[in-house]
Amino acid sequence: MPQKRVSLRINGRDYTHEVEPRLLLVHYLRDMIGLTGTHIGCETSICGACTVMLNGEAIKSCTVLTVQADGGEVLTIEGLGRAEELHPLQEGFWECHGLQCGYCTPGMILAAYQLLLRHPDPTEEEIRRGLDGNLCRCTGYQHIVDAVQYAARKMRESK
Amino acid sequence: MIPAPFDHITPRTLDEAIRALASHGEEAKLLAGGHSLLPMMKLRLARPKLLVDLSRIAELSGIEAERDRIFIGALTTHYRIESSELLKEKCPLLPQTARVIGDVQVRNRGTVGGSLAHADPAADMPAAMLAVGAELLARGPEGERWLKAEDFFLGLMTTALGPSEILTKIRVPVLSGHHGTAYLKVPQKASGFAIVGVAVWLRVERQLCTEIGVGVTGLDAKPFRARRVEERMKGTNLAQSLVQAASSQVTQGVSPLDDIHASAEFRAHLARVYTARAIQEAAKRAGV
Repeated sequence: MPQKRVSLRINGRDYTHEVEPRLLLVHYLRDMIGLTGTHIGCETSICGACTVMLNGEAIKSCTVLTVQADGGEVLTIEGLGRAEELHPLQEGFWECHGLQCGYCTPGMILAAYQLLLRHPDPTEEEIRRGLDGNLCRCTGYQHIVDAVQYAARKMRESK
Repeated sequence: MIPAPFDHITPRTLDEAIRALASHGEEAKLLAGGHSLLPMMKLRLARPKLLVDLSRIAELSGIEAERDRIFIGALTTHYRIESSELLKEKCPLLPQTARVIGDVQVRNRGTVGGSLAHADPAADMPAAMLAVGAELLARGPEGERWLKAEDFFLGLMTTALGPSEILTKIRVPVLSGHHGTAYLKVPQKASGFAIVGVAVWLRVERQLCTEIGVGVTGLDAKPFRARRVEERMKGTNLAQSLVQAASSQVTQGVSPLDDIHASAEFRAHLARVYTARAIQEAAKRAGV
């Protein structure tokens, strides 16, 4: 099958590659760009571990072809904050013990990021609904909800 | 899981997309949001040789009101429907249904036209479209034609669309007068798909139900409009005993699906209970 040329802006940097049409965005990010912070969980658009932002919306990158993202802008966990300056969500997950094994965390944080873009002051119910597409098998979710509330508060205060 | 190899094109116009479909026949599939098609391709349940990606055709997206009708482009995502102020005000059953589809990420990508054309027997949107009496615009090599939602769904993942036709637009009525709407479903725990889902809109005048639409998904191999239930409800005062008697008719002439998620008997039971609850909820919202 012919390769297709794609151009994407990922975490503020521009990339152009020739890819197979069947290459999934999550594999492109991990294997070609080397951004392994985006995890592969179920590969069936259920678990949410592969969640990234595409053109300002949270998506499951296991169910988007790289060619569908051509011309688009991607934000992954690596682009959200830096080790010396964590994003309020990353800080919230740290402070509130929002992770144990950490496998779901990058996707959970990007889904939470989407939630706070649309609902800067979410209720607990809105947080649980906003994270409905992300599974965590360690925490029982309560600490994750606390972490998102922490981040929402911090982001509102810094405005 | 990686799909089998295929080629991918991104036509800029509808005519270009129709020509690609016509010349590639059964080897081509249309790609909208990809949230039904790509999972099937990963499992090799579908192995198209060519994906005709509709996402760059601008005229396929958007929501517009025109007099007493609302036009929704087939590529409009579930999230756009869920958050549309226009629809919330003028046809609230659609946002009520869109908001319980899948999860946030799925609603950001999945499209209304994709869901309808895919015709999964457990999809939510068909129930709402049947209830409000939506009409669907198909465009093919011979031109355009409007199809009633009721004539659109033919069977399991089968619609009235021709092999080279594209569903481009959906037309729904502005719900006027004193009305109430509700969509209630029993979701399958992991996927969120409807084991049974019932969409209702009804109009109330002088405490009587003058018009009603009931769309049912998940129960049979195809979504359907529950005409028997509607006929029993019309002209009544929506009293609980009448709602329950009418709702028991929802399984008449239906062959309930039977799978690992629910037996046919249990599905039929759920359909009767959820039809009654959806009618009562819609009645409550209409102020009855």
